Amino acid sequence: MTSPVDSPADLAVRLDATGYLADDGLATVGWLALTMQRPLLVEGEPGTGKTALAEALAELLDVELVRLQCYEGIDASQALYDWDFPRQILHLRTVEATQQGVRDADEVERSLFDDRFLLDRPVLRALRHSPAVLLVDEVDRADDEFEAFLLEVLSTYQVSIPEHGTVTADPPPVVVLTSNRTRELHDALKRRCLYHWIDHPGLAREVQIVRTRLPAVSLRLAEQVTRAVHRLRDCDDLLKPPGVAETLDWARALHALGADELDLAAAAATLGAVVKYREDIERVRARLDRMLAS
Amino acid sequence: MNSADEVLLGFARALRVAGLTVTPDRGQAFCTAASLAGMDTRRAVYWSGRATLCSGPDDLARFDRVFDEWFAAAPPSGVRRAPPPRQLLRPDLDAGGNRSAESNDADQAALVRAIASGAEVLRHRDVAGLDADERRVLDRMLDQLVVRPPTRTSPRLRPYRRGRLDAGRTMREQLRRAGEPGPLRYRRRGARRRRVVLLVDVSGSMEPYADHLLRLAHRVVQAAPATTEVLTMGTRLTRVTAALRRRDGQQALDAAGQTVPDWSGGTRLGEVLRAFLDRHGQRGMARGSVVVVFSDGWERGDPGLLGDQVARLRRLAHRLVWVNPHRGKAGYLPVQGGIVAALPHVDDLLAGHSLATFEELLEVLARA
Repeated sequence: MTSPVDSPADLAVRLDATGYLADDGLATVGWLALTMQRPLLVEGEPGTGKTALAEALAELLDVELVRLQCYEGIDASQALYDWDFPRQILHLRTVEATQQGVRDADEVERSLFDDRFLLDRPVLRALRHSPAVLLVDEVDRADDEFEAFLLEVLSTYQVSIPEHGTVTADPPPVVVLTSNRTRELHDALKRRCLYHWIDHPGLAREVQIVRTRLPAVSLRLAEQVTRAVHRLRDCDDLLKPPGVAETLDWARALHALGADELDLAAAAATLGAVVKYREDIERVRARLDRMLAS
Repeated sequence: MNSADEVLLGFARALRVAGLTVTPDRGQAFCTAASLAGMDTRRAVYWSGRATLCSGPDDLARFDRVFDEWFAAAPPSGVRRAPPPRQLLRPDLDAGGNRSAESNDADQAALVRAIASGAEVLRHRDVAGLDADERRVLDRMLDQLVVRPPTRTSPRLRPYRRGRLDAGRTMREQLRRAGEPGPLRYRRRGARRRRVVLLVDVSGSMEPYADHLLRLAHRVVQAAPATTEVLTMGTRLTRVTAALRRRDGQQALDAAGQTVPDWSGGTRLGEVLRAFLDRHGQRGMARGSVVVVFSDGWERGDPGLLGDQVARLRRLAHRLVWVNPHRGKAGYLPVQGGIVAALPHVDDLLAGHSLATFEELLEVLARA
């Protein structure tokens, strides 16, 4: 088991360089996933940087990021491969029209299932272009059947195409699966993966994230925004507590308005960047002044 | 096997005893991960275990507890203990005012156990006899009930991978390939949601239950906003569907409370049902729907009229469910005039006095 990254600490440093601040646990688990060549299943509240993790991994390994967005009803032909049927037909017609000598039937058939007629969808693409990072996003949205199919690919890192042959990835791609827990994934899939639950970051780390992602925002504003978001998260009556993505949006919105500190007027004007439900906005607006008082 | 592996596998076994699903391959993965990450550092073992042996946020708290006990010392510093995620399905054990994550471990474990068993007891308690604290816990447990709306087959055909031949689609695809024959396409009848009508009795005798029943109704409305209707029955009929479409449970309930003019009044069940059928039901609301009547069947008016209206409702509805909170009590006999008149026409007579019986009702609803 060789790893492109020496140690968890090394991974943390290199993630840091791409602008993704990983805590100790994530660095360890991420490093284990790279070293053991196992898929990494990341769960957590929306907006805690699950997808960003895959992007950062691709950047630091300097490989292609192949993204498979799951949805209800997704099937193997959308995830794996498909034959470009119209082009195959055109090819056949061309062969017929030109009649180059007496062609062997087998040879024509072989030419029909040539690489150029194979449409590689994300999973096959990741296998063929490995080393790569395959991001299977929101796997909880796909159906159970798709999960079983995914399990098969992830346990062997190979796909057999009857007309074409077997595609094996060597080295296997780095696979990151994300889930929002709208339904429980099957245990067989989870057993294949390393599991990590991403929590909301602590105050200091989140300020750091804002500063890294938005260098133009002043430290004072970053701190105020983050503190306010943390207070919002502590209210347990919000329908959707803001994630890190919302913190960044809010800071960006305030910065765009030219504010260099978070006051009542600016906060009220930009509230839509951080809470997204009408009920939540009403609630937050009612106690905004208390929330901003430090 | 060396002694380090024994310690690790022993830990995995302890987790299994604590209720995590630890399979041998998971244990194996844990040993591999720990030996890679470094067996000598606590943090490495902790994170290796968490990544390989846990399979959801619900497992994390138990993992932390067993880890502490097995390796008997403080957890790695800087680790936020057992995140309290918004749980999806499980009853909320944290609702009993236990929010301090830093308190003594043993205390906390005991407290969690106590609340857990409390939650289990609460599931079967009659909601009418709860105090304010228990009500709050119950409301949060209600908010986590899973509602699966009933479905019906729709006459419209949709593309599917098997079923009847979809001639149109097959031909259109063939045209796109310049007439070259290709794979056949199929279609079949799809499923649509079946309408659910909830009629909630809010008269005086049902007062202790009305709040929770409306909360339950709110959950059903939230699960299928377009195909659920909720009406309250007292001395008159009030439609509260719009109020219950608000996402937030408490706000929805407050809004419904302001809409209903006749809380805890008398009942004239027969007349109100007739009004429902004349105004809404016969025109379509009750046709082919699953109709649930929440009522104890105390009728001030004429039981004969009630019987006729229930029979009428039964003829229109796909399924008629009667939920009577008193049915769950020991020694209950359906002897009140109203319920006697209604009973012959009802498909299901259910109890509706506790969370467990609400779950039963949702099960009946899902299968209707």
